[in-house]
Amino acid sequence: MALTKADIAQTLSDTFGFNKRESKELVEEFYQEMSDVLEQGEQIKLSGFGNFELKDKNARPGRNPRTGEDVPISARRVVTFKPGQKLRAQVDNYGEN
Amino acid sequence: MTKSELIERIARKQTQFTQKDVELAVNQILDSMIESLSEGDRIEIRGFGSFSLHYRKARMGRNPKTGEKVALSEKRVPHFKPGKSLRDRVNASRETTDIIS
Repeated sequence: MALTKADIAQTLSDTFGFNKRESKELVEEFYQEMSDVLEQGEQIKLSGFGNFELKDKNARPGRNPRTGEDVPISARRVVTFKPGQKLRAQVDNYGEN
Repeated sequence: MTKSELIERIARKQTQFTQKDVELAVNQILDSMIESLSEGDRIEIRGFGSFSLHYRKARMGRNPKTGEKVALSEKRVPHFKPGKSLRDRVNASRETTDIIS
């Protein structure tokens, strides 16, 4: 089962006693704020978790893998995520405990 | 932008929580995300994106300094796929903003 905003809000209510509506708003606000920051061209470093970086990609020739047809890929800006040390270590221990 | 700057921004935008509460909440959000991925579960945040695990096979690697061969065991690495809304917003901002590191 995938973790969702509703699950995270529930954890905030349970852990800190925030009411449900406020917890939902806080979770919403967190992801909204990160999106806004990235949209403003600013990268985000969350120590322990990882970095959200922005990259400007040049246009390049591409191909539809199904039809083999040439399709040009336009220049674009993309978000990439570099997992931090703590996250990588925890995930790598998966199944070993 | 760092985590503490992000916490300040969120705290400034609302009135219900103290900055301390926002800090607790942000740390808990990140801990819940780490926990979910370490248990092998995906994360799906509508509008923002999804986090999943990508599997890397065991392989022979090389120490780039000494050239010596080293066996690398299989592993799982976290992967983020931005959601359509974030992808579109970030791409649209290309024309008007420079990337600030």
